[in-house]
Amino acid sequence: MTAALELVCPAGTPAALRAAVDAGADSVYLGFRDETNARNFPGLNFSRDELAAGIELAHQAGTRILVAINTYPEAGNPSPWHQAVDDAARAGADAVILADIGLLDYATNKHPDLRRHLSVQASASNPESINFYVKNFGVKRVVLPRVLTVPEIARLNSQISVETEVFVFGGLCVMAEGRCALSSYATGISPNKNGACSPASHVHYEEAGDKLISRLGDFVINEFSSDEAAGYPTLCKGRFVTNGKASYLFEEPTSLSAFMMLPELADAGVTALKIEGRQRGRAYVKSVVSAYRQAVDAVAQGLTPPPMDLSSLSEGGRQTTGVYEKTWR
Amino acid sequence: MKMSDQAPPAKLTLGPVMFNWPAEKWRDFYFRIADEADVDSVYLGEVVCSKRVSFVEPHLGDVIERLGGAGKEVVVSTLALVMNDREMDLIRSTALMDDLLVEANDVSTASLMAGRPHVIGPFVNVYNEGTLEFFARQGAKRICLPVEVSAQTLSVLAAKAKELDREIEVIAFGRLPLAVSARCYHARAHNLNKDGCEFICGEDLDGMELETLDGTPFLAVNGTQTLSYSCCNLLSEIGAMRDMGVGCFRLSPQDLDMVAVARIFRGVLENSMEIAEAQQLLAGLAPDFVFSNGYFHGVEGGEMVTGSPR
Repeated sequence: MTAALELVCPAGTPAALRAAVDAGADSVYLGFRDETNARNFPGLNFSRDELAAGIELAHQAGTRILVAINTYPEAGNPSPWHQAVDDAARAGADAVILADIGLLDYATNKHPDLRRHLSVQASASNPESINFYVKNFGVKRVVLPRVLTVPEIARLNSQISVETEVFVFGGLCVMAEGRCALSSYATGISPNKNGACSPASHVHYEEAGDKLISRLGDFVINEFSSDEAAGYPTLCKGRFVTNGKASYLFEEPTSLSAFMMLPELADAGVTALKIEGRQRGRAYVKSVVSAYRQAVDAVAQGLTPPPMDLSSLSEGGRQTTGVYEKTWR
Repeated sequence: MKMSDQAPPAKLTLGPVMFNWPAEKWRDFYFRIADEADVDSVYLGEVVCSKRVSFVEPHLGDVIERLGGAGKEVVVSTLALVMNDREMDLIRSTALMDDLLVEANDVSTASLMAGRPHVIGPFVNVYNEGTLEFFARQGAKRICLPVEVSAQTLSVLAAKAKELDREIEVIAFGRLPLAVSARCYHARAHNLNKDGCEFICGEDLDGMELETLDGTPFLAVNGTQTLSYSCCNLLSEIGAMRDMGVGCFRLSPQDLDMVAVARIFRGVLENSMEIAEAQQLLAGLAPDFVFSNGYFHGVEGGEMVTGSPR
């Protein structure tokens, strides 16, 4: 028997929240409808009233609500971020997920009893960094950046006293999170400041002969022949030329799937598993959460997770275990 | 453009070499900086990849001594991404050197340096006055801001730093460090992996140029780091930044005559050179580079906004 892994699931809408709760999420994470969180996309996220209703619904089912306030507050304008922390506390959120040191400082002083998780956007990848956030801001859990192999995660967990949460499914940053300005270099919109990477407002598709070209800002990210499915031009999943050769230099259009590695992650001392996808619909949330619920329950009983095909839910139909295996680097 | 009268003299700094230069070239570069460059402060040390550390280590003592002897403030820069015991040992041993000023490029090193004067480097996210104030309380004497700060952000942070009696530093020249990863893209481009990388990054002294499929230069790859293809150039913005109270201007080394680059920036800082002349000289020194200043102007980082600053 292994301690049960906590399943942390995304919700971009009240409907997705309900789907996650019904499918067996232990926790659901979400954000307010503004630049205070890292999925600031049109039509997504929660109003204050929707949060209150969502918390009520989740708590009735025994599910926790974690509020992501994980962008970096704008200089001279901390109010929206402070207000978000205040409102999450008032609504009875089970935790806030923060990245900015100034905001952590504010939350620690203003709401000492509000549980604080360190966002992946803080990119805390070693015991010294993690202990800094524990000592200064009393964080109870750290969402690990996608830079560590499973043995490195196990080693890290042996050196710290707080919980760790790792991504197991969905969109995959290949750069250390919160430390990537590629998107703002091309579009002026910053994931760290504005909460959007490769924003749709800056995406263009154009036909050139028999090819379809995708652009982000002024830059060509990929091109597709008529028999290829055209993917969304996420900057780090684009095709570029180095030394005269075109390739997916940073990463192929692919999604993370660590489904078969859950027993290893449990053995590595991980507390919680995170599913990416607040921008996804409720059908996606239902399918992925249901599959992972079964897998997590199997692992808790010492069983191997039943094989499940989630490739239709992955970007480009492709999956990777990413950095969890050393050869990825 | 008039500089504010009461501001302390601006400092010119030379950032750490971020590329994998041959060790002797690295040493001689810093020797020449010590002997000839009109800069106040010099940063050195591996920031990008721990596998490279052993190359320059044999020369580190000599270089620090030569720079110190020439009256430069010496700052030891540290890794931006710390992922394992070996890398933890590297930053701990740097932090243990009592008499050295250290630039922390990760929160781990900032934590180790707490209580002693240190510099917060551009790889640590300082976007607002709350975070600035926290690091000032921890003993940071200078904060070099991340690449994507706008004039509006700078003005707020420079005012706050002045109130706290701390220095604000801005990258004013060089390819911009945009991202860091666990994965080595230099190795990947050559069908190698990070463990067996053959130090192939050493082939590209200014980074490996990356183009889009239509041949537009876009980025520059330096091992696990991704930089801009364009070279940041804030010559025309220096006056505005001085007026805000920005005190330190960082020149990030590229494989060109950095002594001459420093001379141009010094000329503009001291009002002894017209901006137009300075821009012309800089373009002549770096004919292979295109310039950008977009982040300062609050637009795409790769843009070059011309005309009157702000």
